[in-house]
Amino acid sequence: MNNQRAIITVVGKDTIGIIAKVCTYLADSGINILDISQTIVQDFFNMMMIVDFSKTDKEFDQIADELDVVGANTGVQIKCQLEDIFDKMHRI
Amino acid sequence: MINISEVMETNKMIEREHLDVRTITMGISLLDCADADLNECCRKIHDKIYRLANNLVHTGDEIARQFGIPIVNKRISITPVSIVGSSCCKSSDDYVTICRTLDQVAQEVGVNFIGGFSAIVSKGMTRNDEMLIRAIPKALAQTERICASVVVGSTKTGINMDAVSLMGEVIKATARETSDRDSLGCAKLVVLCNAPDDNPFMAGAFHGVSEAEAVINVGVSGPGVVKHALQQMDERGLANFETLCETIKRTAFKITRVGQLVAQEAAKRLHVPFGIIDLSLAPTPAIGDSVADILKCIGVEQPGAPGTTAALALLNDQVKKGGVMASSYVGGLSGAFIPVSEDQGMIDAVEAGALAIEKLEAMTCVCSVGLDMIAIPGNTSAHTIAGIIADESAIGMVNQKTTAVRVIPVVGKSVGDTVEFGGLLGHAPVMAVNPFACSRFVSRTGRIPAPIHSFKN
Repeated sequence: MNNQRAIITVVGKDTIGIIAKVCTYLADSGINILDISQTIVQDFFNMMMIVDFSKTDKEFDQIADELDVVGANTGVQIKCQLEDIFDKMHRI
Repeated sequence: MINISEVMETNKMIEREHLDVRTITMGISLLDCADADLNECCRKIHDKIYRLANNLVHTGDEIARQFGIPIVNKRISITPVSIVGSSCCKSSDDYVTICRTLDQVAQEVGVNFIGGFSAIVSKGMTRNDEMLIRAIPKALAQTERICASVVVGSTKTGINMDAVSLMGEVIKATARETSDRDSLGCAKLVVLCNAPDDNPFMAGAFHGVSEAEAVINVGVSGPGVVKHALQQMDERGLANFETLCETIKRTAFKITRVGQLVAQEAAKRLHVPFGIIDLSLAPTPAIGDSVADILKCIGVEQPGAPGTTAALALLNDQVKKGGVMASSYVGGLSGAFIPVSEDQGMIDAVEAGALAIEKLEAMTCVCSVGLDMIAIPGNTSAHTIAGIIADESAIGMVNQKTTAVRVIPVVGKSVGDTVEFGGLLGHAPVMAVNPFACSRFVSRTGRIPAPIHSFKN
């Protein structure tokens, strides 16, 4: 992938080690984390990460699919989207 | 940097409020496919569309995956076929042959519709225009993915009443040819006044002669998002008009920015210039994805109640005001669509007895695009349909806006019956048409002159 940033969102029931599992996967794939924010709303875990894909040799689709698997194993839903969609919508 | 609440807001719009990009439509000029030989013309058309659009569906799906936004339709619009076929088509059947070629290439590239089996006859008809128009019933019956449109008038030319009268017959014939499928052919046939050259929405899409070789036009959507924003707004008590307008504008801005992003990405990846964003709020039969529901949120009990036209005028204007700032190029129809069969809220209103064709006609004065996807009794005469088209064209002509008629005189059905079209076309209750005749009016030949453009009081 070229120098592109993406947003990873993780939503689901809070359990131990969600962040650890996602971060382990990202580290193993050579994806750099630029920012993390996380909240718990009514027992529901909400996390957003801004990540940098420029050092990974995996394709976007592969990363999205593998994150799906990580999510399924942890009981949460993980979405990966290019950052532009949020930037365009919320910034003039 | 983007924060978590903004990310959650965007994803909520997509996941729960049906935010999507309704269509990426590639406009392709077929002017250079004209040939004196029919087979050669068909071959050129096939090859050019295949060459330019063969990656369209794949690219659309890829963008959808990477940005996490559904892109519902990938479509193609082409130069009006009456022009492309004018040197090789000697009969209506020749035009049907071209239509079958188009259907085949649509299938090969995987798009669900090609729009542009069209003729522009707003002032007069050439022999070939008439051949194409007369070919429409057969062409739509023998193909699956082709949309036809005929432009019968404009503010500058007036209304071609010969064409209007002919279209009354053609709509009836199309209904008959597809009577085994609830007259579905008529759902793919629209009669327009003041048609834009760059409309990405079916069935009225065609690639006008003022357009470039190929362009990418995008139609955004999101009635569900506007509805949720309005519901949230009123949680703090009944908001005033200023707040109402501001809320619609902000939402339209956000929706349109997504469309703009998708359009630019698609243009870049397909190496085709970006044309326009169409700002229309286009409903689908899905619950919650409804323009009628927005009208209810604004404050009418059912669409059709007094106040509906004003509410719609406001909605339409605010959507444009918000959207215009979000995109460098806005075009197409750009407004709120009010099709009946494609909007569950409209269907409910008709079934509740709140909404009649006459009120819909009034609503079309203030929004795009016209009497759309309305099932009418199968025994409605060609003259009456021509009268409906003339009325709608007159509204467009005088108000300098696009109007259209897409009515379906469903063979064998009458008021009280329901018609099922399936998919995005939805289902529709058959609506009553005024039973009084207009035969003497539509049987006059010639055209209605263009209106005066001064003394506008």
